Amino acid sequence: MSDLSPQQVKERAIQERESIVVRFAGDSGDGMQLTGAQFSIVTALEGSDLSTFPDFPAEIRAPVGTTFGVSAFQINFGSVEISTAGDEPDVLVIMNPAALKVNLANLRKGGMIILDDGSFSDKNLKKAGYATNPLDDGSLSHYDVKRIDITRMTVETVKEFGLGNKDSLRCKNMWTLGLVLWMFGRKRQPIIDGLEQKFINKPAIAQANIAALNAGHAFGETAEMSSNLQRYHITKYEEEPGTYRTVNGNQSLSWGILAGTQLAGLQLFLGSYPITPASPLLHTLSGLKEFGVITFQAEDEIAAICSAIGASFAGGLGMTTSSGPGIALKTEAIGLAISTELPLIVVDIQRAGPSTGLPTKTEQSDLYQAVWGRNGDAPIVVLSVSNSTDGFDVGIEAVRLATKYMTPVMILSDGYIANASEPWKIPDITDYEPFPVKFHEEPEGFHPFLRNPETLARVWAKPGTEGLMHRIGGIEKDYDSGHISYDAVNHQKMTDVRRMKIENIANDIPLQDISQGAAGGRIAIVGWGSTYGAIHQAVKRARKEGSDVSHIHLRHIWPLPKNLGELLKSYDKVIVAEMNVGQLNTLLRSQYLLDTILMSKVTGQPFKISEITDEISKILGDDK
Amino acid sequence: MNKPAEIKKYSPKDFETDQEVRWCPGCGDYAILKGVQMALSNTGSTPENTVFVSGIGCSSRFPYYLSTYGFHTIHGRAPGFATGIKLTNPELEVWLITGDGDGLSIGGNHMLHVLRRNVDIQIMLFNNEIYGLTKGQYSPTSKPGLKTPSSPLGSIDSPLSPCAFALGAGARFVARGIDTSLKELPQTLARAKEHKGASFVEIFQNCIVYNDNVFGEFTEKKTAKDTQIYARHGEKLLFGKDIPKGIRFNAEKFALEVVTIGEDGITEDDILVHDETNRHMAVMLCEMEAPDFPVVCGVIYCNPLESYDQAVHYQINQAKQAKKADFKALLHSGRTWVVT
Repeated sequence: MSDLSPQQVKERAIQERESIVVRFAGDSGDGMQLTGAQFSIVTALEGSDLSTFPDFPAEIRAPVGTTFGVSAFQINFGSVEISTAGDEPDVLVIMNPAALKVNLANLRKGGMIILDDGSFSDKNLKKAGYATNPLDDGSLSHYDVKRIDITRMTVETVKEFGLGNKDSLRCKNMWTLGLVLWMFGRKRQPIIDGLEQKFINKPAIAQANIAALNAGHAFGETAEMSSNLQRYHITKYEEEPGTYRTVNGNQSLSWGILAGTQLAGLQLFLGSYPITPASPLLHTLSGLKEFGVITFQAEDEIAAICSAIGASFAGGLGMTTSSGPGIALKTEAIGLAISTELPLIVVDIQRAGPSTGLPTKTEQSDLYQAVWGRNGDAPIVVLSVSNSTDGFDVGIEAVRLATKYMTPVMILSDGYIANASEPWKIPDITDYEPFPVKFHEEPEGFHPFLRNPETLARVWAKPGTEGLMHRIGGIEKDYDSGHISYDAVNHQKMTDVRRMKIENIANDIPLQDISQGAAGGRIAIVGWGSTYGAIHQAVKRARKEGSDVSHIHLRHIWPLPKNLGELLKSYDKVIVAEMNVGQLNTLLRSQYLLDTILMSKVTGQPFKISEITDEISKILGDDK
Repeated sequence: MNKPAEIKKYSPKDFETDQEVRWCPGCGDYAILKGVQMALSNTGSTPENTVFVSGIGCSSRFPYYLSTYGFHTIHGRAPGFATGIKLTNPELEVWLITGDGDGLSIGGNHMLHVLRRNVDIQIMLFNNEIYGLTKGQYSPTSKPGLKTPSSPLGSIDSPLSPCAFALGAGARFVARGIDTSLKELPQTLARAKEHKGASFVEIFQNCIVYNDNVFGEFTEKKTAKDTQIYARHGEKLLFGKDIPKGIRFNAEKFALEVVTIGEDGITEDDILVHDETNRHMAVMLCEMEAPDFPVVCGVIYCNPLESYDQAVHYQINQAKQAKKADFKALLHSGRTWVVT
């Protein structure tokens, strides 16, 4: 560190930035997720738009100091619209050598590294697999490295609270957070309030953490440091007026489905089995018993969905939540719900596969499984969630379609948006049109497969109703009586009606809109699910530079909106960008005989904006 | 829910449907169906408030032949469906029909958990020691050595005892019946229904096509008095048509044994009194096998505990009392900020 003249200090005054990306990285035990989440809250409270990306290992506590135990939390925030967690961090906060090793490659050239000097011991360097110390061997010469002995200063700060060594070291993340808050001019008070609340029964721990937070902040303020550490200012993002909060994809989806059942006037029943990254839905809804929500942690994925179907048979709305491998186990039961035509919500928080795959890493590779993954001709409705806030509306739409058409609806979300937070303008439930379910009650002429001639949905008669006793099951039903039927012509008719019922839903969903751009033109990029943010920003940039590119993003995967084929055909080229090796691409090609171009990524990481802009440039270049 | 103005008494016939019964002629299922219809009538069940849930197999066709609500589900998974139904509407009377393959092989895991959770349903497991619907392969209860299409040299699997399994899983009600014993079976089923919690009833059911007469050595009516004991709580475990016999607990061997009254100075005082709340006794009783022992039928174990559905709804009601359901407040929970 060189000393600067007063003049130089002045020049390095607070820098204005439109947006900035900060990534916190450390050992699994360093509390990086908590640090990131706290920083997100104050950032949101101060009026920035933001998007976060918690990136953590599958191991709960991997051996300390190893690269596979590194946990990171990235946040992109700014005064402009933010829709991804950012391609490259501008600032990397590093708590140990392993975190540096894993995260350095992504840092912007010339970016800032704030690191805990005290953690770069020979032992830790060896654990991280460094042959030489990167702080001394010149390998960080392209970056602005700030070496601070966070370990020592934290331990000194909290000494007076009489904590053990382990608890003292656990305060390192708050010291670091204090420093980062100072860098970005964020207030400490909301975090202090949060710490007091969290450790209400452990006042010494609360006070130590607060002292560490304040000490980190004070460190930034002291003259000798501020001469050397860049501060940033980000003006407020101009958002629509309203009350906001942050929300992640699993929360918005849980609340959306609950809202849906309230609009339908039904009891919500969740049968679930724990699985990463879907378990938070089970946790969220288990905590909402005051709404009458029944949650049942079943013995396995199969029992979970079976209990949900039982709940729907009994007149509630059954729901089950899982991820790819669990959905595979539920497949036979989904077939029964299709055959018995009962409403059911199946949530698939996708993760990288096949098999166990990468449980904590994201992917969009269950689209085939959702649309086509069952024995027999077994169509269902498939919806997808595009960002952390979108789950609310998708949840409501899923309940509406499941109950109106007596069908299972599968919702595809993924590990990225499940955990990522964004600011959310809190909706008013009274703005949504209720769609109360009417159970069948008329015994005259009743049989369980009587259909509404318009929707083709069968009647829903619940046990406990006099005169409507009926038996249903997975054996084919007679179209006119609902009794078991092995008749050949009848099976054709029933297969056709099940297919038509789902196809007909295309008339009851919005036409496909164009997220950016206009119908017709040189290129359309088509996406679905969590790629929304990256495609949105890439297309925005390309359009700013004058490129003729449009963005189309699907919520309704099956049935597809009825104008989609014509819309896609209006472009010279259609690029399908997705985090699998071409599943929506296959679907669109098979439906529309369209010569689409696939842009695929399956690294367990979301798309970067630049990867999409590069693809756009390449295709436009090829055209010339 | 619609309730009849006055309580209507339904006869066994009222529980029949117009569907043609499609079991093989002479199948034990016919007798069980009759026994169930009698039990429903005797205990005041109503078709509209009763649900029969089944898995897959010969026995699982059962719901189609009862005029109640019915759900014929998927192989082995009926306990999941039954749990969802009972939790969603605890007012319903839920019966589960399964077999030795459905309930103990593909569905063994679910059987274990529905029993340990103690969901208030009645489980009838039709044990015929064979896979009938798939044409005669050995099942998890088949005796070793049984020759079937999939075991041409004889089955080498060790069989399990359904009642011992149920007790091991923590069932609070375990009983047994015989398909054709239409005097006792409806009484046993009535007790199963009365019990709040998961009731497990194993029914020896004869498969006339693939495993005929497999239980013959203790179900023959002529010799039944010497080969069966019908357990009654508080009564001595006595049996025998001409020669009075009983079950005694041999403390030295820590085992049950058959003794004859009047021989070696044995009197009725030596005979074990059935205590249906004693789990250890239940385990020993259900492991008695022919021909060395009489086979115990009736209620072997009954020791109620709060049922799962009661506990679930107790928690929900507590939560409702503690906190008002306010959707707006839910969405506004945690940190919020206002943009003007």
